[in-house]
Amino acid sequence: MTSTLNPAEIPEYPMARAKGCPFDPPPALQAKQAEGPLSKVRLWDGSTPWVVTRYAEQRALLADPRVSSDITRPGYPSPAPLNGSSPISFILMDDPEHARLRRMVTAPFTIKRVEAMRPAVQKIVDDLIDDLLAGPKPVDLVTAFALPVPSLVICELLGVPYADHDFFQENSKTIINREASTEQRAAALGHLGGYLHNLLDEKLANPGDDLLSGLTERIKTGELSQRDAAGIGVLLLIAGHETTANMIALGTLALLENPGQLALLRDTEDPKLVSSAVEELLRYLHITHNGRRRLALEDIELDGQIIRAGDGLIMANDIGNRDPDAFPDPDRLDIQRDARHHVAFGFGVHQCLGQPLARMELQVVYSTLYKRIPTLRLAADLEEIPFKHDGSVYGVYSLPVTW
Amino acid sequence: MKVTIDQDKCVASGQCVVAAADVFDQRDEDGIVVLLNPDPPAEQAADVRHAAVVCPALAIHIED
Repeated sequence: MTSTLNPAEIPEYPMARAKGCPFDPPPALQAKQAEGPLSKVRLWDGSTPWVVTRYAEQRALLADPRVSSDITRPGYPSPAPLNGSSPISFILMDDPEHARLRRMVTAPFTIKRVEAMRPAVQKIVDDLIDDLLAGPKPVDLVTAFALPVPSLVICELLGVPYADHDFFQENSKTIINREASTEQRAAALGHLGGYLHNLLDEKLANPGDDLLSGLTERIKTGELSQRDAAGIGVLLLIAGHETTANMIALGTLALLENPGQLALLRDTEDPKLVSSAVEELLRYLHITHNGRRRLALEDIELDGQIIRAGDGLIMANDIGNRDPDAFPDPDRLDIQRDARHHVAFGFGVHQCLGQPLARMELQVVYSTLYKRIPTLRLAADLEEIPFKHDGSVYGVYSLPVTW
Repeated sequence: MKVTIDQDKCVASGQCVVAAADVFDQRDEDGIVVLLNPDPPAEQAADVRHAAVVCPALAIHIED
């Protein structure tokens, strides 16, 4: 039993990936999964929460109402020290407040509304590729393409001026850097919170046809404080550009390293195969590699062990998406497999709100970029690519490409 | 096949609509699930079962 483990034997979390295997989860996490669904890890503060490594158990716990997402509860396995003054939005709250706030921003993310945005996203992607082809090469695909696509889209949806992209991209990068200091992270959150607060002031005076203007209606009726509205704005702005940007750049690198899969995707006209490729890359790359953090509110029996009320839980969904019981031959990238049941967006009531938008953006990008630049290739060795080992969202800092 | 939904549990992920658009839809105002057909034909059964599997809120129930 885990309780008899010598404390010195409890491994630290997060764990390191193996050299030369930038797309695979850490080997120590794979070993834990092979041993069983539950084990203990040690965090930055010395606490020893459970890490849940298998797909079925992760899904069961993420959907379990006895499990909390409230970061302010004692024992919550926080990825970094808490900063009391920063805005915390609904991803770190429990129902009913979580559901109340989340439902205020679900309308723009319905399948219908997202599909209506597809032509505009296609135009953004086409225009950026025109610029790539007309510009110098090699070029950094991250700054010239992967970051601009989702940034332009989320700015349009929220009503944030794209001209401010350097400001919000830089601050977002700090917030999700797991090696940034508490002070640096708090300052960056403060900058973004203040920026959103000011933007909401402008929208209160001159509302437009965007998500933030929609929130000002609720501020006026007293349903929502301006502070909570700014918190929602910060959350959607960060989550809306950083994650998708990483999927575009890291996905492209994974495909370049798997030329057979890239050829299948480049040569197809079948939207079903494109959509299948998106699901498989979401599963295979699983960029949110910091684990989804939770707290047990009651004793929960799992796999013959008792998770006690007050125990921290980390759902390592990166390794869950490589569970051979859920995905045969899990370490193989296979865009023709059915990977739709992956947990890249999480599971339970906190599952990613923006997933329809992320999927649509990735479908447009993956079905366009490699067709328009069929000779796209790396302009550096794989060993020279700077991976975001220090990010709570995984990806690459830059991706030099040519054609 | 008999399908029921729980709108209170729904978190508007939209995955049911992607899986089985003839059976599920979303309310315009907040994306919450709407059941279009509680008694789908056999040829849609696999899609509906998949919708229930990927629903993150466990808000879709199926009786055979």
